[in-house]
Amino acid sequence: MSKKLLLEKAHVEGIRGYDVYRREGGYRSVEKALKEMNPAAVVEEVKKSGLRGRGGAGFPCGMKWSFLAKVEGVPAHLVCNADESEPGTFKDRYLMEFLPHLLIEGLIVSSFALNSHDTYIYIRGEYAWIIDILETAIEEAKANGWLGKNILGSGFECNIHVHRGAGAYICGEETALLESLEGKRGNPRIKPPFPAVKGAWDRPTVVNNVETITAVVPIINMGGDEYAKIGVGKSTGTKLISACGNINKPGVYEMDMTITVEEFIYSDEYCGGIPNGKKLKACIPGGSSVPILPANLLLKTAKGEPRLMNYESLSDGGFISGSMMGSGGFIVLDEDQCVVRHTYTLARFYRHESCGQCSPCREGTGWMEKILKNIEDGKGKISDIDLLWDIQRRIEGNTICPLGDAAAWPVAAAIRHFRDEFEWHVLNPEEAKVRNYGLAHYADPIHVAV
Amino acid sequence: MIKFSEEKLAEVNKIVARYPAGKQKSALLPVLHLAQETFGGWLSAETMDYVATLLQIQPVEVYEVATFYSMYNLKPVGKYMFEVCHTGPCMINGSDEIIQYIKSKLNIGAGETTADGLFSLKTVECLGACGYAPMMQLGKNYREHLTKEKVDAIIDECRKNAATNN
Repeated sequence: MSKKLLLEKAHVEGIRGYDVYRREGGYRSVEKALKEMNPAAVVEEVKKSGLRGRGGAGFPCGMKWSFLAKVEGVPAHLVCNADESEPGTFKDRYLMEFLPHLLIEGLIVSSFALNSHDTYIYIRGEYAWIIDILETAIEEAKANGWLGKNILGSGFECNIHVHRGAGAYICGEETALLESLEGKRGNPRIKPPFPAVKGAWDRPTVVNNVETITAVVPIINMGGDEYAKIGVGKSTGTKLISACGNINKPGVYEMDMTITVEEFIYSDEYCGGIPNGKKLKACIPGGSSVPILPANLLLKTAKGEPRLMNYESLSDGGFISGSMMGSGGFIVLDEDQCVVRHTYTLARFYRHESCGQCSPCREGTGWMEKILKNIEDGKGKISDIDLLWDIQRRIEGNTICPLGDAAAWPVAAAIRHFRDEFEWHVLNPEEAKVRNYGLAHYADPIHVAV
Repeated sequence: MIKFSEEKLAEVNKIVARYPAGKQKSALLPVLHLAQETFGGWLSAETMDYVATLLQIQPVEVYEVATFYSMYNLKPVGKYMFEVCHTGPCMINGSDEIIQYIKSKLNIGAGETTADGLFSLKTVECLGACGYAPMMQLGKNYREHLTKEKVDAIIDECRKNAATNN
């Protein structure tokens, strides 16, 4: 069901400004944490909440925090990952643009828990106007005593700095982000050491996604146990989904993770169905890196159960018949879309964004792009499809960071589920220029029945 | 010789102060943004060398960063740069037609600048506006839900601005 913890106040007029935000109950979690709790208690509440990282990997946030090394005389840092760049994902932008104080509030509480006196927001460089919004919010928070020295008389000092990136998807990977924060190329580091031990400037560092940090606010306000009651299984709390593609109502939605994928696509509360009476062909449910699913497998698992919008259900069936929650970037393709062409644009994206450190990724992403372009242009061979499969298999798992996997999975899933469409492209190059393959056998069995 | 104004130098110092003492290299990305904005919209070797001097790092440390990130221009660009996204979700919503329209309207290809130096076209990868596609970045802001009519209006708006500012 629709459940709003983060976006509840998003439409209150003036909520971007401090006064309205405070009047609507803002900064209560800072008061509670700094006056009634100690850092360990804040970490404990986040652990109890079951909150999982909202950037894509879904790693338990409380556990990540508990890994932070405490080294005498060496400061620790919290770095907020606002380098949102995964195609299909625009939820963090929404949070920062409309609720900047929610992020600041979450950062203060989280910084208190981790004892970070200098906390950084690493924001993608293209979000230039949002940097102004964040800096205004930081100034307002400072002027009202929520930032700086001795906050609320607790003795805790916290400063928040905005660091502007300059256009590189790879900097969303946490070690590349830290390199970039240090003024270097965004080349991911070999782990271990993990950032929790040696992060920014070799100091213990926690990197958390924007949405993860904002979720700390309701967790402290309501308590970890109450937060954990929302949702289902290990998908606790609410999740933001940014929906785009062929849907009537693209946008950012918040929900607890109990609704079905079918309801999310077709209900007027969310995506509002597919425009012009078209039929659903396929969907990438968690950002461009996760496997694309044909409609029949998207709406129901291989066991025939309705698929839910949560971590476990979206990955039910593994990569054979499932996908992933990922970053919550929900891309819908209708019957008129060409899977070959769409996969080609994603392959081009990953080639463009590969940092070039690891040869399987640096070379492989380029090869995949070229082969897909050839097939799309009607110059492909049937053996190219097997070659693509072979290349993606050799990239996956063979690189320092997950960008290699992220580049391999979309190609693998497209071939796994849409091989007939690739073959049709190769065998009918002239026809493929004037029309698309259409729905074929992977039509959505529920909404296709005419 | 290029040089930041006193005001801009104060801004540089403010940026450097965000990072731990002795880690002034961390200011490189934001300072390069400032340099690009200040010195004609692109980073010449002279500009990059100047930034290296300011931050007390080697010029090559600046070059390797400037060549890595897509937002730094290593050659002159038009006064108005249309950065049009063409990744999957924008493609679904017709970005290819928008790019084609801009090309024919301005008579330039992707990566090129009009003869009057006013417009450049650059195709870019996902900018995080997938729900509001097709889109382009123009300066600091995004222009979303693009149509041919909107592109016409944006071009007119830029021409008007250029005429008043000159």
